[in-house]
Amino acid sequence: MDLSEYEAKQEFSKHNISVPNGALIAKSTQTAQMLANLKSPYMVKAQVLVGGREKAGGIIPATSEKEAEEAAVKLLGARIRGLQVKQVLIEEKLSIRKELYLGITIDRFNRSYVALTSATGGVEIEETASKTPQAIIRTFIDAQSGMRSFDSVAIAKQLGYSGSQLVKLSTIIQRLYQVCIDNDAELVEINPLAETETGDFVALDARMVIDDNALFRHPEYASKETEELSPQEILALKNNLAYVKLDGDIGVVGNGAGLVMATLDLLNFFGGKPANFLDLGGGATLEAIAAALQIVFAESDTKVILVNVLGGITHCDDVARGIVEAANEAKVKKPLVVRLVGTNQQEGQKILANAGISVLDSMEAAAKQAVEITREAQP
Amino acid sequence: MGIIINADTKAIVQGITGKQGSYHTKLMLDYGTKIVAGVVPGKGGTVANGVPVYDTVKETVDVYAPDASIIFVPAPFAQDAVLEAIANKIKTIVVVTEHLPIKDAINVMAYATQSKVTIIGPNTPGIITPGQCKLGIMPAHIFKPGSIGVVSRSGTLTYEIAAELTAKGLGQSACVGVGGDPIVGLNFIEALELFRENPETKAIVLIGEIGGNMEELTAEYIKQERYPKPIVAYVAGRFAPSGKRLGHAGAIIMGKQGTAQSKIEALINAGVKVAEKPSDVTALLVKELLP
Repeated sequence: MDLSEYEAKQEFSKHNISVPNGALIAKSTQTAQMLANLKSPYMVKAQVLVGGREKAGGIIPATSEKEAEEAAVKLLGARIRGLQVKQVLIEEKLSIRKELYLGITIDRFNRSYVALTSATGGVEIEETASKTPQAIIRTFIDAQSGMRSFDSVAIAKQLGYSGSQLVKLSTIIQRLYQVCIDNDAELVEINPLAETETGDFVALDARMVIDDNALFRHPEYASKETEELSPQEILALKNNLAYVKLDGDIGVVGNGAGLVMATLDLLNFFGGKPANFLDLGGGATLEAIAAALQIVFAESDTKVILVNVLGGITHCDDVARGIVEAANEAKVKKPLVVRLVGTNQQEGQKILANAGISVLDSMEAAAKQAVEITREAQP
Repeated sequence: MGIIINADTKAIVQGITGKQGSYHTKLMLDYGTKIVAGVVPGKGGTVANGVPVYDTVKETVDVYAPDASIIFVPAPFAQDAVLEAIANKIKTIVVVTEHLPIKDAINVMAYATQSKVTIIGPNTPGIITPGQCKLGIMPAHIFKPGSIGVVSRSGTLTYEIAAELTAKGLGQSACVGVGGDPIVGLNFIEALELFRENPETKAIVLIGEIGGNMEELTAEYIKQERYPKPIVAYVAGRFAPSGKRLGHAGAIIMGKQGTAQSKIEALINAGVKVAEKPSDVTALLVKELLP
């Protein structure tokens, strides 16, 4: 789950990482009142979860209250890279000497957290990383001892600091690690971390991604889970289905992420275009299977539905019942191509045969047939 | 002989009375796996599927000295279950549990490394040495003993390819799913090391998918080591949607790695034959095995 800049900064503040003074605004009429407590100049920042927000016009500098109000009016309700701006964060603009980069994420191969830091932060950080990899300092964090002061002091030193600034920066690095651990984050990032004219460090921007699998430990984020989701996505979430909408016309339901990905690859291989990725997961219940079919039936672009199930802990008879139930209830009838093998295969195939739905044994044949149906549907 | 497990492996099941644990214990027993005990706190003294249940792993160690544990404990409690198995020096721990938080996974892997135990998973279908021992949830009938080693990040896709191998007469020395999560124990390189030392294994099928850089690092290993056995790979996700990505850390750490294209190129560059479709794996393998 991605947190907005404002939410991430709240977490930073709780952990005593400095952020600029600011106010969150949802209606432009609130602007004047909120600005009373802030000193000009300002930065007016759309709270949308997109990368490259600044380049897309989501951040507007303002020198006066009037300009800040105009910027807030302009941003609220606008779309940045397709996402509607519901809130803007107005912050005091600081005078800064230097921009650093601080990030903590996971290193899969080392099976640990890793701190990534650079003395040259800012919007070009990815380019810096690819052109001059030595400008990025990577520090693996020992899982048992965590981020210790000697780790963070070494990082601050490598970033070029000494004396009291070294201690300040080291402390911020440790606090950022604590933000990561306390929130079960898979990414926390400050880019840039500003070194101000007074020699202090302030987080100008903030990113946090919370591990979805750890949400059971974080009820504070529970209500956010469904905020930006479509009705189909909410239905998928409720039934533990992994669902991503795509822009093709072949609806796809399968079990296992690898198998579903391979199904999408096959559709593309035969010249088709999948309308979605939908993974039932392992051992899906009849209810979840019916919900999955309901989701793909409901997508208006979908011309044909391809079900590819290789039953292990998923039972073919449940899948068949789910298909029949969803097909009967669907408002718009759509052709179904079903590949169904594995546990309780014969019973499943019998249920489908009784409902007049034919079944294939091979996923390749099924993918091919689904693509052919979309071709026939072309005018 | 297989890798990691064989006909002599004695295993316990942590979470033996849950829906999945109970169902799969029965199937593993049917396959001939020596399940000596189960562990469920509070159910000590009872019997499940004819197997005695204990409250703690320690009690089972005292009585049976098990070599392996397979864990079906739900995610919120799985970390403790794995740590309990590690603390009791169980050599091989198969974590079937899905949705284990990353923080918990990182923590248990650190303890596992320190205690020199092998963790397979989490989010794994498990491991099977066909004809001898199955510690996992895979449908048994699609496997048969033979000389192909299979290592995979995916469950059902492995079944797809294994079933095809079996249908074409290519049995397997062992099939291991390393798990679909970002943080897993046994990785591709470690599995390849085991298959390399395993005299029965003549060739290897490697099933990767997008995300992370395990395939790229494995390709590097294969090249550097001049890996002595033929490898055929399939990588799922050539046309997978790229998720919207915030922050830069992921991109910094991965560079251009992580896509199917990057993985396929790296593997081909290391001399691995890469199948375009899952059904092409068997044909490529047959070609590789020709004298």
